Amino acid sequence: MNALARLRPTRLTSTGIVYLVLVLVLVLGAVITAAAGRNFFSSGNISAILTGTSILGFIAIGQTLVILAGSLDLSVPYVASLASLLGGVTMAGQTGNIPLAVVTALGVAALIGLVNGLVVAYLHVHGFIASLGMGLILAGYLGTNYKGSAGSAPRDFRLIGALNIGPVPLSTLIMLGCAVLVILLLRRTRIGHHLYAVGGSKDVARLSGVRTQPPIVLAHVLCSVLAGMAGLLLLARLSVGSPTIGTQGGYDLMSIAAVVLGGTVLAGGKGNILGTLGGVAIFAVMDNIMGVMQLNAFLQDVVRGLVIVLAVAVYARRNADLRPARFDRSRAARHTPAPTTAGGAA
Amino acid sequence: MTTADATTTRGTTLPMSEGGTAGRLGRALRTPGGAVFVLVAVLLVCVIAANPNFGEPGSLVRFIGRTAPIAIAAMGQYFVIVSGEFDLSMGSVVTMQVVLAGNFIGQDESRILPVMLLMFALGALVGVVNGLATTLLKVPSFIVTLGTMLALSGLVLYLTGGAATGNPVDSFRQIGRGGIQDVPILDVIPYPAIILLVLAIAAFWLMRRPFGRTLVAVGDNPQAVHLSGSATWWLKTRAFILSSLAATVAGIILVGYAGVHPSVGQGYEFTAITAVVVGGVVLGGGRGWVLSAAAGAFALELLFTLLNFVGVASTWRDTVQGVIIIVAVAIGARAWQGGRRRRSAEPITPGAEPRQTGTTPTTPPDPGTT
Amino acid sequence: MRRTTIGRSVAALSALAMLAACSTDESLDEPATESAEEGAEGAEDEGSEDGGEEADAGSDDEWFDQGEYDEQFEQRSATFEGDPETPWLQYIDGDMTDTSEYASDGAMKVCFSNASIDNPWRQTGWITMNQQLEVLQEDGVISEMETRDAQADDNTQIADIDYFISEGNCDAFVISPNSTAALTPAVERACDTGLPVVVFDRGVETDCPTTFIHPIGGYAWGIDTAEFLSENLEEGDKVVALRILPGVDVLEHRWAAAEQIFEENGIEAVDYFTGADPTEIKNILADELATGEVQGVWMDAGDGAVAAIEAFEDAGQDYPVMTGEDEMSFLRKWQDTELTGLAPVYSNFQWRTPLLAVEQIFAGEEVPTEWVLPQEPITEDERAEYLEANDGMPDGHYAKFGGEDLPGYPDVWQERIIP
Repeated sequence: MNALARLRPTRLTSTGIVYLVLVLVLVLGAVITAAAGRNFFSSGNISAILTGTSILGFIAIGQTLVILAGSLDLSVPYVASLASLLGGVTMAGQTGNIPLAVVTALGVAALIGLVNGLVVAYLHVHGFIASLGMGLILAGYLGTNYKGSAGSAPRDFRLIGALNIGPVPLSTLIMLGCAVLVILLLRRTRIGHHLYAVGGSKDVARLSGVRTQPPIVLAHVLCSVLAGMAGLLLLARLSVGSPTIGTQGGYDLMSIAAVVLGGTVLAGGKGNILGTLGGVAIFAVMDNIMGVMQLNAFLQDVVRGLVIVLAVAVYARRNADLRPARFDRSRAARHTPAPTTAGGAA
Repeated sequence: MTTADATTTRGTTLPMSEGGTAGRLGRALRTPGGAVFVLVAVLLVCVIAANPNFGEPGSLVRFIGRTAPIAIAAMGQYFVIVSGEFDLSMGSVVTMQVVLAGNFIGQDESRILPVMLLMFALGALVGVVNGLATTLLKVPSFIVTLGTMLALSGLVLYLTGGAATGNPVDSFRQIGRGGIQDVPILDVIPYPAIILLVLAIAAFWLMRRPFGRTLVAVGDNPQAVHLSGSATWWLKTRAFILSSLAATVAGIILVGYAGVHPSVGQGYEFTAITAVVVGGVVLGGGRGWVLSAAAGAFALELLFTLLNFVGVASTWRDTVQGVIIIVAVAIGARAWQGGRRRRSAEPITPGAEPRQTGTTPTTPPDPGTT
Repeated sequence: MRRTTIGRSVAALSALAMLAACSTDESLDEPATESAEEGAEGAEDEGSEDGGEEADAGSDDEWFDQGEYDEQFEQRSATFEGDPETPWLQYIDGDMTDTSEYASDGAMKVCFSNASIDNPWRQTGWITMNQQLEVLQEDGVISEMETRDAQADDNTQIADIDYFISEGNCDAFVISPNSTAALTPAVERACDTGLPVVVFDRGVETDCPTTFIHPIGGYAWGIDTAEFLSENLEEGDKVVALRILPGVDVLEHRWAAAEQIFEENGIEAVDYFTGADPTEIKNILADELATGEVQGVWMDAGDGAVAAIEAFEDAGQDYPVMTGEDEMSFLRKWQDTELTGLAPVYSNFQWRTPLLAVEQIFAGEEVPTEWVLPQEPITEDERAEYLEANDGMPDGHYAKFGGEDLPGYPDVWQERIIP
């Protein structure tokens, strides 16, 4: 059925729609910015928009993995804060400490993800609760041990947050690099395929001989590591670690929104990284436009809320029509692992 | 398909309708929905041990009054969760109602009734919007209600300039702050406790009606219900309306209890969802009892109170809370697993996306006991 | 089956390795990028200072800055230059910045990077600032003010400032930083443009701005309030301290000073985080009153004070000695209950000063390098006067907002029209 959808070229994939929406938003941005007497495509503006994508991008890529596996991660803001602090305090302004600091921060992040993953996969606690609880645990630790910003990033490290190659910030390039790696993981590795299978239907996956736990654990570990990288990038931009920087950005809910905006199915099993990047870009452009319009901060939230629902509504109906086909009775009976098609199509 | 449907229906009604009383009770307590009552009892004993004054009937009934709004919100959230959805807009609805009460009632008693009608109408409207966007536009409820949460709170803050004019008139605030005075033994029965009791009975009754049973069934297997001829969209929309109305009642109580402030209601959705899950209700729908959700709220409040009494350092409270939530739910998940075998071993994914066909062909018919 | 397991592990490992490689890239790229001009000079000096903070994890004493405490202690009794009728123009005598290089005619464009308007104090100030802007626009001093609101996110605010620098066509920057250390590099970049930079409210760790406008500070708040409570309570009495949230430096300063004074005076202080939610405040006090007596209440921001007082009423206990803030709801409840109280002030009128400073800068007049505004608590004797002056204002309004002579008074504040 999915193949059928692909055979009809007139029908856009949901990723296609995401990028169509992005183009529309870009056009809108260009018009509004021009009306304000500025150039939307000036290098300064492009750089501002891309910078806006990098942090949420890291976290949303990780969140995509977790959602594909059928879980959720609400602890990402706290992981990012913790990583920025561990990184900053370990570096203590010394270039020589950078490798150790990065390893420490990402190692701790991976550990947190591991615990999340184990709790979800083996204790059967819903990802929503497991990661909500983990978030609270980390919030308590941060509140107890840090009364404000701490540590310091050396100049060399801060360049990651400040350097531009043309109009493209280095941080965005790193984020895109990670996206490519995760796409390869999902498309080319067995565990990547299993991730789709487990997220699509655990039972089908199990009956097809897939061990359902490892993909879930891996998704959570990678999600935390990516949140840790977001934290390190925040450290580079802020030059200090901050116990509140993750929650300030509201990255938990916004990353989930970006993932769904990008066409990934919240119930898991269907979606891809490319769509997520589109979703993140839509948010960044939208924020840029509202900034140029000097829209009241409260109204900005109203617009965000409406756009999230309406944008998802555009293709959610279509998806729902297509979806049952994937778990067609005959397919399930043949124990065909869903992943390959799902990975390619969406 | 029909098997799955029948199982669920049996699963929810069994403990209430079959077997001897003692046996039923024993079996019920071993499910997460029943275990939460044990948890409440244990926490209560701990709290009283930490502070014997708390055990006095007067203190206890006051505690029930103060827990009422979150318990009511949890029951509202239960309807949505058991049907397989999420309602993240709850906190914003509470905030909206609190601010509305402050700005529109003001010091004018004659406005209490019309403004309350307006509040309930707006509450229901939010529920309708959430429900229709979820069911007709097929947007996952997690996203729909996230959108409503952002839009609603932004709109309220924009229209009010971020702060209400002031507290509403005292007679209105009595709903949340006052009570029946001079009661023997108890001293005072707070109005919120009475409201909670009435709503709990109503909710219990509602869940035994066809509406309640179909709602659980739709959470367990939407397609089965769809095939049986029920209108899923209207069922779920009613669940969302109930949730928003519960938030409205919570808001009315809170504006009395605490007064007007734009931060009243913030994070309420997460507390309510946590309470529901601690009450043994499974995220993803199809399992759990409405009174357990209310009990989950009591367990949470008792936990906070215990932390206050024991004097845990302020900064570590979140951590303790996080650990306990995970542990409680992990134990609950085991209990469902033990009671109902592997079907529930699968933590069903959040939201909206109907999982219909995924489970149908593969899930072995569950002879399931409970 | 076995083979799949191995395959999976290899895949997992390689994925991890790839991600690790991805992060190593960050450090590898650095040496090649020396050309980047971004203002990173501050890094070295910060290093030594923050080295100390590294050890601060877990210990209050390390966070506490005795030097700053002493300075603010002194400033509380300092003489302020200027007319007490316009406290937003008063300052403590000190270094002045020469601004003759900026002297120019004609209306100028101001770019304002605001941290947020997410609490009643900031909303009140933001309204006042816009009314002040109206006056200066009519006077032909300012052509327009472009504002970006960071919605309380450091990262967004850094981006906002960078956007202004590259795209804003600004003639002057006004910045209200969301946090101190994190915004320092961005403010330095704004200074590097050579345009005047006015920073107000929270500070930054650099003295490059043309002027830094702020009331005395968090320690002074803590000293005023804790001394008041200590004077009105006995040794051994219990104070419940209601704090909004951890990790925000301005709020941590208030508590750090108060905690120290409580300790010195033998007052037992227990602190809680409330998120400024009155429900939380009321629950906390109800539990505290259930376990024993509470003689005092201290708050690091007063906008939930009424709920705290009501908790005592509902428990049938005597009112505590209490410090709130100059927020109207507290002043009104304070008058109704006649409790012993003090309303510390984090002078809301400071929101007028930045634009007036811009006016002076473009006129080439010298401005104080550090513009310390008065920060005087409202005492019981002055309360009636402020209540009368702010009659009809909403509960979330702040008594010392200082906008009485601006256009739109009092309607704009009464209706709380947020631009």
